[in-house]
Amino acid sequence: MGADLNIILPEILLSVFAMLGLLVGAYGGKDKWAPMFVWATSAVLVATAAWIGLQGAGTARAFDGMFVDDGFARFAKVTILLSAAAILLMSEGYMARRDLLRFEYPLLIVLASVGMMVMVSAGDLIALYMGLELQSLSLYVVAALRRDSVKSTEAGLKYFVLGALSSGLLLYGASLVYGFAGTTLFSGIIEAAQGETPVGLLFGLAFICAGLAFKVSAAPFHMWTPDVYEGSPTPVTAFFATAPKVAAMGLFARVVHDAFGGVVGDWQQILAVLSVASMFLGAVAAIGQRNIKRLMAYSSIAHMGYALMGLAAGTAQGVESMLIYMAIYVTMNVGTFAFILSMEKDGAPVVEIDALSLYSKREPMKALAMLVLLFSLAGVPPLVGFFAKYSVLLAAVEANLVWLAILGVIASVIGAFYYLRIVYLMYFGAEESELDKGGSGVLWGFLVASAAAMVLGVINLFGVEGAAAAAAATLVN
Amino acid sequence: MLLDNLLSIIIFIPLIAAAILGLFLRGNDEAAQNNAKYVALAATLASLLASLFLLAGFDPSNTDFQFVEEGEWILGLTYKMGVDGISVLFVMLTTFLMPITILACWDVKDRVKEYMIAFLVLETLMLGVFCALDLVLFYLFFEGGLIPMFLIIGIWGGANRIYAAFKFFLYTFFGSVLMLVAMVAMYVDAGTTDITALLNHNFGSETLEIWGFQILGGLQTILWLAFFASFAVKMPMWPVHTWLPDAHVQAPTAGSVVLAAILLKLGGYGFLRFNLPMFPVASDILADFVLWLSAIAIVYTSLVALMQEDMKKLIAYSSVAHMGYVTAGIFAANQQGVDGAIFQMISHGFISGALFLCVGVIYDRMHTREIDAYGGLVNRMPAYAAVFMLFTMANVGLPGTSGFVGEFLTLMGMFQANTWVAAVAATGVILSAAYALWLYRRVVMGDLIKESLKSITDMTPREKGIFAPLIIMTILLGVYPSLVTDVIGPSVADLLSQQQAAVSELNAANQFAEAGGN
Repeated sequence: MGADLNIILPEILLSVFAMLGLLVGAYGGKDKWAPMFVWATSAVLVATAAWIGLQGAGTARAFDGMFVDDGFARFAKVTILLSAAAILLMSEGYMARRDLLRFEYPLLIVLASVGMMVMVSAGDLIALYMGLELQSLSLYVVAALRRDSVKSTEAGLKYFVLGALSSGLLLYGASLVYGFAGTTLFSGIIEAAQGETPVGLLFGLAFICAGLAFKVSAAPFHMWTPDVYEGSPTPVTAFFATAPKVAAMGLFARVVHDAFGGVVGDWQQILAVLSVASMFLGAVAAIGQRNIKRLMAYSSIAHMGYALMGLAAGTAQGVESMLIYMAIYVTMNVGTFAFILSMEKDGAPVVEIDALSLYSKREPMKALAMLVLLFSLAGVPPLVGFFAKYSVLLAAVEANLVWLAILGVIASVIGAFYYLRIVYLMYFGAEESELDKGGSGVLWGFLVASAAAMVLGVINLFGVEGAAAAAAATLVN
Repeated sequence: MLLDNLLSIIIFIPLIAAAILGLFLRGNDEAAQNNAKYVALAATLASLLASLFLLAGFDPSNTDFQFVEEGEWILGLTYKMGVDGISVLFVMLTTFLMPITILACWDVKDRVKEYMIAFLVLETLMLGVFCALDLVLFYLFFEGGLIPMFLIIGIWGGANRIYAAFKFFLYTFFGSVLMLVAMVAMYVDAGTTDITALLNHNFGSETLEIWGFQILGGLQTILWLAFFASFAVKMPMWPVHTWLPDAHVQAPTAGSVVLAAILLKLGGYGFLRFNLPMFPVASDILADFVLWLSAIAIVYTSLVALMQEDMKKLIAYSSVAHMGYVTAGIFAANQQGVDGAIFQMISHGFISGALFLCVGVIYDRMHTREIDAYGGLVNRMPAYAAVFMLFTMANVGLPGTSGFVGEFLTLMGMFQANTWVAAVAATGVILSAAYALWLYRRVVMGDLIKESLKSITDMTPREKGIFAPLIIMTILLGVYPSLVTDVIGPSVADLLSQQQAAVSELNAANQFAEAGGN
């Protein structure tokens, strides 16, 4: 038992931190602590990430295999924690100026992060569900953080109702799997799901995939994404676009390989279809968007399509490419949202992309950093976003999914159009933008760091590839 | 030590200069603008100087890659650079033309620093394409060029620049992504992205059946088509050339020069580096297809050029026609044809660049490219008339200019490969004389009657200085073409002998199979 607890010590400590924080906040003067909480929480998240990241290799299982601590989980956890910390730091100024900085906000983010850590470490359907719900419930609340805004509460409610539906699908699938496999442990399910698999098990697999597709917002389970992205406060949107996506993709990989690794052919089709639908929907539907938050919602749908392409390959290389993709995707999104957060006019947030007209004359360096990020999001070489796409394409072609790779690149051309349109507004627009100059140094720092990573990563990917390869090797063998 | 990394030095000098400009140059006053221009000019000249060492150290009789550099790179790829007889002259062409291009945009006033940065980045990317010896590295440089070019057209272009920028970007991006899939498939098939290794790898050419279609040449044909899609758009070949006139017309003068003189050559270089040597069987099967496309391109775009009212558009269509000779020469797959194609690309680099500069000279004065707005310029601009005359003649292919050598060699190559194609293509020579001379007559000859032209001034010393090296190169290559052919000859001969060996091997195997069947 002591050894078990030792394995999930990071999760326990984070939970304790969140609960202590709640007590301090509730009894100690509420929101006046909030700014300090944000900084303290970020520091704790970064410290936890460093702790997990510096742990040696090796796989440990706790609670009879319900909780798995392996290289894959550690890679995902580090990505999740670092992106959560980055988003928290970025949101402080924005939230404070709009009087949204409640002390619960950083603590809910911590709890959501704990949920995500459990998700990527799940070795059992129950653990999976527990992590997923802890994450989701925290996210429902932060989506509706701006209580007096109709849009924000609508976003929270929509997210909650549709999220509950997807949890239902997932639970239904899980119960079918349990019924036909006789166990909720992934290690038991993988033994049942070999060769001639009972139809009920496959039904369960399909329902679980549908539930998870909702969480990663893959088409056709994406409907909530644009509305929730638009309605939530922008820092929360930034959070939605980063850490939970990594967690959900990690969980997806965990389920299909750890529990259903014996029937790759069966889930490969599901993932491939989800991938194609997401890539095309994300590319086409974003074209008509004038609101940059909605646009980023469709962009994230498309990106999930590419990540799923890597996963659909069904190989260790596929998982590796998916992890590389997600790490790069998160880095790009942190920078992009830092830019979106800094879009203000007379102190009020602006989300219309038309407001960026000729922004390059007003803020040349910021516009240049955003230009780099946009081309990277579009996957144009020589920026790092291209290597993300290249690695998933490589995995797909090696797994004989050439058709998927071809559709993927066609979708990327369509998708390039709307990224280019922002570039076009910033650089070729007619009248000069009236957005505020200057702005927060923190946002500036994240924007520039992220853009610099997209350029310098071409020389060296900061060790991500090696870590991803090691992580993938522990998951698929 | 320094020579070991000579290629990297040549390639990355402009990029470093661009980074210095971007990070350290502040302010937007006249002094800062001048600094930006001088830094850009110095960087391109330094690159030119370094490339002269490359040419001096290059051994034409050696058909292997020279000045090879190799290093570890991300995602299991290698950073590998090198030049052979085919690519070395393209490197020289680029480094030679870039200082001229920078000088040509000396009068730009709007966002000078960004303009110079865009051109410097573009130079690095173009040089990288010609030197890259790794598939993904090649793709990186090949596609990366889209970003600065998109900005150059979109920010500093003419009235309809936004449409042109988008069309340029999306057209060429679409052409290239299929090539990316093909590259990935090649890696999966051959297990390496090293171009030198891939040149010696035999891709499968057994007939495949996909969805009931028999595909002659199998895998090779499919890969060939994917690469063809990309390079044909870049080249551009009829019928995917429609982005070029739009991009040319809207781009600023220097942008047009780079586009016509260097960027169009990337497609031709790609054919020579990938399609012909890596997929020899598919090239053999599809040669007639390309030859006819080229012949159509030559005649059709020449006819279209005749009817243009915009000078830049006319020259853009003439570029498409001249690129038709290049593709036909390459896929004629004989020594004259391929030599001629490379020669034509280099000579077209000088001539089309010069022609766009000629348009730029009068556009800077009158701010219109309408042919009808001019007439009788010879009366007030004698030096300009003489320069324009020379390049018009070179464009037509007058003997004694470099244009003649390229057209003659490619036509000779075509004639051996397919007589009918050569006959059709030869009419293009006549048509090119028609549109080029007619343009010249309408713009330069006649009486100067238009009121607005009465005060036009002749070329400034800077403008004359820009044209001088181009005039020298055009005539030098015209009277002494073996300067080029001696360098490219051995590499081309080597490439063709390998290609022919692969094709005849397959034919022998087929005959053997037929004989066995009987």
